[in-house]
Amino acid sequence: MEPRRNLRTVIDPKVRKVGFFAPPDRSQSGLADPISAASAVQASSSSPSGNTLSPVMIPPPRHHSDSLVHPQPSSRPVLHSAIPSSYTAASEFSPTAASSYTSGSRFPVDVEDGPFSPSRLAKGTSVKVLASSVPNVSLVTKPSNMAASDRSGRMKMNEMVAPGVEVQNELHGNTKLSKDKLSKAERRALQESQRAAKAAARVEASKGSAGTFGTAPAKAAKAASRKSDNASVAASEKKVGDRPVEKERKKDVPQPRMQYDDTSRVEKAKRRAVVKQTEARNRVELFRHLPQYEHGSQLPDLVAKFFQLEPMHPAVYKVGLHYLSGDISGGNARCIAMLQAFQEVIKDYSTPPEKTLSRDLTAKISSYVSFFTECRPLSVSMGNAIRFLKSRIAKLPLTMSESEAKTILQSDIDHFINEKIVVADKVIVSHAVTKIRDGDVLLTYVTSSAVEMILQHAYELGKQFRVVVVDSRPKLEGQFLLRRLVAKGISCTYIHINAVSYIMHEVTRVFLGASAVLSNGTIYSRVGTACVAMVAHAFQVPVLVCCEAYKFHERVQLDSICSNELGDPDAIASVPCREELSFPDGGTKSENLQFLNLIYDVMPSDYVSMIITDYGMVPPTSVPVIVREYRREHLWI
Amino acid sequence: MPDVHSLVNEFILKLKKRKVEGSQATARLAAVLLRSVISQQRIGYTNQAGALIDAVKAVGEQLVAANPVEIAVGNIVRRVLHIIRDEDLSLTTAAMAGLNLSAVSDDDDDDTSPDDHPVLSAAAVAAAARSTLRPPSLQSLLEDMPDSAAVPHTSSSGGDSEGKSKSADKNSRSRKLKHDVIEAVNELIQDIDTCHEQIAEQAVEHIHHNEVILTLGSSRTVLQFLCAAREKKRSFRVFVAEGAPRYQGHLLAKELVARGLQTTLITDSAIFAMISRVNMVIVGAHAVMANGGVIAPVGLNMVALAAQRHAVPFVVLAGSHKLCPLYPHNPEVLLNELRSPSELLDFGEFSDCMDFGSGLGSPLLHVVNPAFDYVPPKLVSLFITDTGGHNPSYMYRLIADYYSADDLVLQRKAAPST
Repeated sequence: MEPRRNLRTVIDPKVRKVGFFAPPDRSQSGLADPISAASAVQASSSSPSGNTLSPVMIPPPRHHSDSLVHPQPSSRPVLHSAIPSSYTAASEFSPTAASSYTSGSRFPVDVEDGPFSPSRLAKGTSVKVLASSVPNVSLVTKPSNMAASDRSGRMKMNEMVAPGVEVQNELHGNTKLSKDKLSKAERRALQESQRAAKAAARVEASKGSAGTFGTAPAKAAKAASRKSDNASVAASEKKVGDRPVEKERKKDVPQPRMQYDDTSRVEKAKRRAVVKQTEARNRVELFRHLPQYEHGSQLPDLVAKFFQLEPMHPAVYKVGLHYLSGDISGGNARCIAMLQAFQEVIKDYSTPPEKTLSRDLTAKISSYVSFFTECRPLSVSMGNAIRFLKSRIAKLPLTMSESEAKTILQSDIDHFINEKIVVADKVIVSHAVTKIRDGDVLLTYVTSSAVEMILQHAYELGKQFRVVVVDSRPKLEGQFLLRRLVAKGISCTYIHINAVSYIMHEVTRVFLGASAVLSNGTIYSRVGTACVAMVAHAFQVPVLVCCEAYKFHERVQLDSICSNELGDPDAIASVPCREELSFPDGGTKSENLQFLNLIYDVMPSDYVSMIITDYGMVPPTSVPVIVREYRREHLWI
Repeated sequence: MPDVHSLVNEFILKLKKRKVEGSQATARLAAVLLRSVISQQRIGYTNQAGALIDAVKAVGEQLVAANPVEIAVGNIVRRVLHIIRDEDLSLTTAAMAGLNLSAVSDDDDDDTSPDDHPVLSAAAVAAAARSTLRPPSLQSLLEDMPDSAAVPHTSSSGGDSEGKSKSADKNSRSRKLKHDVIEAVNELIQDIDTCHEQIAEQAVEHIHHNEVILTLGSSRTVLQFLCAAREKKRSFRVFVAEGAPRYQGHLLAKELVARGLQTTLITDSAIFAMISRVNMVIVGAHAVMANGGVIAPVGLNMVALAAQRHAVPFVVLAGSHKLCPLYPHNPEVLLNELRSPSELLDFGEFSDCMDFGSGLGSPLLHVVNPAFDYVPPKLVSLFITDTGGHNPSYMYRLIADYYSADDLVLQRKAAPST
């Protein structure tokens, strides 16, 4: 985080000016006064009539996006010689959204990497800034296209692209002069190039994501040529570079999840399905978009089919049934089981004739994954692991022999399990133990493998502490944790989640596990975690979330309704040992009664004091940074 | 007397063994018991009110000590004491209106409450009336209340102002007092019985179409409130959190479904997930303290916090017998009760992994099962009592109408005497 601090000191404090005042003389407003320059450009581009007096001049908010100033991976040499190319929005943009696209190449243009070098993308809310690196060769054709850049974009460039500043300074005046004189054709060309810049910006995001490069280029090219029938220089050149871009862009946007209220898609999925799930009868209206099946009914049938299923690998089948029955649960356990099943698959795999290993194996894995999804919706950790595996398969050189490829993939999987789960947990434990002091009362909610390891390790270190295990219906998983901790000799207190505000007075720290950490900092975890964190927050007890970094995901979520998993409703209906409470006929007789068994909930980031991950202890605001900066490493290792 | 004594002991035993629980049941039983105490109390010619107060206080003290968590019992004792004082005062004023100054002299040697209306003149009576925190502006509010003592004013004034002989007057007054008090206590009992209906009448003002309402556990008041809205043809959905470890929510869900309400039963842990789609939280209470804080079934503090987070109104329904004139101190601990751990864990379930041999001192495993939660007043949006809706900040004033300031502390008088 050193560069950020440096950056702060460099930027002189900006005074917020509100009210009517004349902007400083344009000739003086060079780089020294970017506010007025930016606003002047804004005004000139938005109002062709020439009214350059903006009544309210508020500088765009300082860009706090950590991604802009995050330290770059040191392995990558940064060359500052690239020419920054920037594009101002054309006049059809609304004045407030008069977005200027700044692009400064921060990476050397890498020949092997294709024409587009990886770039960074940052979007402010009020002022849209696309700081991206664009191919200098293909796009920077006309100097007249260059325009003044946004302030924050330039801020960054002051730091990063020192030599480029002069170039831009020159261009700055240049554009302002030519701005109003742009012909229609030129303007069209400008837009085209902006579009290309935008697309280029997205390359980086999808760089690592699974996918084969260069397949189906025809479609992308067609689309590009359709758009650019104006036959401007920029457009024709774009054709060359646009192919991977378009494709990558499609890949980058996270696939919308299956919505189960979409009947046609559900029908389609059902035809393919191996597991014949039956829909639960009494469904909660609010959760129509999630699959809700009868539990337990299909298991014997599937077990019977074990030897008949020709296309399904037995290891995969076994793991799938374990998911279905709930024998394997917990993000790490599920992920490891799946990866080990895939290892078996790869071991027994032989490429069919007239097929390539990478394509065929990817397809096979995909079909297994859909089988797993039928058994139980994938967790984020599994999704990330699958992405990793697919990208590894795609990256295999075509010339490699089959046996070689298989051993490489198997060792890759081993490596992933070891690095991302086993070692990551050790690192988390070593971090978290430093936060436990003698005399602490630690609270934890149901079970988390990471938290359990932390508690046991701290106990082995001889720390004196007490654990409060909070449990909740219907699974009462906390009892398993309680049993293991008590057997170890750790002093425990056991409560139900309702009593959490009673016990919170004596608690000094809350350790929670997570199923996933989403990029807006929310924690997606076992239902009830948010309740516990909320009460801890209200009692000013620090909440520490322990989560391996491979469970981070770029998805965002605001509530627990949009995406969730529904468990067995019958588990809610019956309380063991309390027969007088049970519903006649399991409660299914009445139309009016429904049981809702949510599996996950979403905890807002402001309840979280700290996320302990294998990259260290970070605030929840740093999650998107980690997702961005380390994803490449995740996938390439 | 022995008859009453055995009744009292029986009730105390029930309270101690937790045979009667729930604020309404205990409140009603306490009121019935106190009525029989009053009716069997022999009172002399002088200082009848003081004798009654003494008797009620002595019994009330035992009742409160038997189960201090049943706050409603203490409330009822205070209410009865207030009724006695009130009736006495109104009789005295009536007598005063009839000019004789001599009638009041007997109040001076009132040793139980030395500051109990030293009545010397009509002006002094008026001052005393003011001191009981009943400004005229709230008189109208009280006249709605069936238990209030406003009734005997007119009836008593005619007979007493005739200027009969002193002893005859006293005799009639003493009978009058006892009679009036018993009447008023009867009204109090009736009040406790009908508070659900009175609260439920207001349901339509708060629930409208297509609302989603969340509640936790079970409360008769909540059930009747929701059903009243349902009967007025409002259609809405109810999320019921089951309220572990007692799972009263299951019972409530069953009742609601039987009355045709759209009901969804959820676990307590799903409250935070669901509250973003909820329009209103309606819950019952165990007791309402003078600062507007609520002693509520366990888990409700969590619900209130979640409701506050999502700006969902948190409405508490409470009959007037649940209003307690005390200010809570450390209520999570002091006004709480720990129930049996067997509701959470089976006894012996963990015996295999616990090493009892090495046990020196404290055991490894504790199971905490509190019965109540304290919801601070800032988390409560509205109280709905049988007198209407009120803000938490108004509760102290509302409560002052039901209790006289002398009775707030029941124990203090007893401490030196025992």
